[in-house]
Amino acid sequence: MKVLVAVKRVVDYNVKIRVKADQTGVDLSNVKMSMNPFDEIAVEEALRMKEAGTAEEIIAVSIGVQQCQETIRTALAMGADRGILVKTDDALEPLHVAKIMKAVVDEEQPGLVILGKQAIDDDCNQTGQMLAALLGWPQGTFASKIEFSDGKANVTREVDGGLQTLTLNLPMIVTTDLRLNEPRYASLPNIMKAKKKPIDEKTPEDLGIDTAPRLTTLKVAEPPKREAGVIVEDVADLVNKLRNEAGVI
Amino acid sequence: MSVLVIAEHDNAELKPATLAAVTAATAMGGDVDVLVVGSGCAAVGAAAANVAGVAKVLVADAPEYAYMLAEPVADLVVPLARNYAAVMAVANTVGKNFMPRVAALLDVSQISEISEIVGPDTFIRPIYAGNAMATVQSSDAIKVITIRPTGFEKAAAEGGSASVENLPAAGDPGLSSFVGEELSKSERPELTAAKIIISGGRGMQSGENFPIIEAVADQLGAAVGASRAAVDAGFVPNDYQVGQTGKVVAPELYIAVGISGAIQHLAGMKDSKVIVAINKDEEAPIFQVADYGLVADLFKAVPELEEELKKLPPA
Repeated sequence: MKVLVAVKRVVDYNVKIRVKADQTGVDLSNVKMSMNPFDEIAVEEALRMKEAGTAEEIIAVSIGVQQCQETIRTALAMGADRGILVKTDDALEPLHVAKIMKAVVDEEQPGLVILGKQAIDDDCNQTGQMLAALLGWPQGTFASKIEFSDGKANVTREVDGGLQTLTLNLPMIVTTDLRLNEPRYASLPNIMKAKKKPIDEKTPEDLGIDTAPRLTTLKVAEPPKREAGVIVEDVADLVNKLRNEAGVI
Repeated sequence: MSVLVIAEHDNAELKPATLAAVTAATAMGGDVDVLVVGSGCAAVGAAAANVAGVAKVLVADAPEYAYMLAEPVADLVVPLARNYAAVMAVANTVGKNFMPRVAALLDVSQISEISEIVGPDTFIRPIYAGNAMATVQSSDAIKVITIRPTGFEKAAAEGGSASVENLPAAGDPGLSSFVGEELSKSERPELTAAKIIISGGRGMQSGENFPIIEAVADQLGAAVGASRAAVDAGFVPNDYQVGQTGKVVAPELYIAVGISGAIQHLAGMKDSKVIVAINKDEEAPIFQVADYGLVADLFKAVPELEEELKKLPPA
């Protein structure tokens, strides 16, 4: 089975972001960029499938500016076999990304596409579900476990009340949750080897995808600040204040 | 122009988050209809008809909708959505699962987890784990929206008298089937519905120490939560997690015990009305958002808190 993994280049999760003074967006100049953490989990899961003999080839796909190539190289250094960069300088919405991914799926014919459940920049949590819809495939979102049997897959999902297990037909879409696995670090020899792995470059136009925006960001602002409160003396003082000052107990 | 709200429920009860969605839908202008998709869910339909401000309730009751799997639910919602200016659902794990599928089939860009409505096409939503708030305007003919229930007041559960209409099922595309579930059993309220939450973090040191928090929770009728650090360390199951990648909560009172206050966690609870932090490290960032901070060893302070609460006369 061929496995496609989507990897997004985002602001590193350790960076404390700053909103631009003119409120047009978040300041991305001189900020460390990394692979979206949920996508690292997606790559890792594909690698484990290859090690278990379920997957034969792993293709890492990234969509965006030229530097997304670095994100693909990270996936290749972890162990993916080859990469596809769909290059565009336009700001894309998840719907556009899903349409581009569908075009790539139509060309590559994988049995499985794994994506992160959400990107930590726009927090949309849409692309995997949208790709499943456009392909007419089943979706196993927020996955914490994937098992194959009899040409189908059992996907355990993290849901609000606990865990839910579904049987899905193949081909299918999976989106990863945090507890699916712990991604490996790329070793130095593998980072060197990754430099020789092929990355194919395309554009949305090559794939016939219109990326005209549907959403306009009018403003990006700081969230309302919470004022720090008071330090209480002891537990009795705390209970007294919660009862008589805040009135919440 | 009217709005279709897809109800959150468990086939027996309408969940309170749906009431927040009704308020959000009302703010868009026009009529508000509620769709109940489920199996054996007639009681939910009747409850939805009582909600103030609802014009019409649509009920699709069929076995394939028992667990609201994305594939059959999307097939049902898509043709209905074409009659509405907007479709809205709560951003819980059910809504987050099927709504983008609906949006893509309608060729619409979804607007996820909005916390405020500026106008019929303009919404505010958190990005970067709530560290920035984006105001976005949609040019799509049908708006597909998920809402953060903590951003909206709940509509009154009584006082409405909507008509109830039964819909034929749209069939099961046969792509997915339910195998089983392991739901956490608890007598305490659900995190997202609780008025008071007490959460433990890495400072709890072990899952075996959580009973001291649970004892306080039982005194207060509170739900028990945890930080990602506590979940990752295996102290408690993952559905306890409050934060960017867990549940977003906004109770009347949030008590953070042994939680340092990572951005990840703050994103999930900073809209709580009153925040209490108990931590022995006075430099912990949680104190910057807390209304009341107690610098103390939690293993001493939490049992004391339980004792003080026991002594407290009824309010």
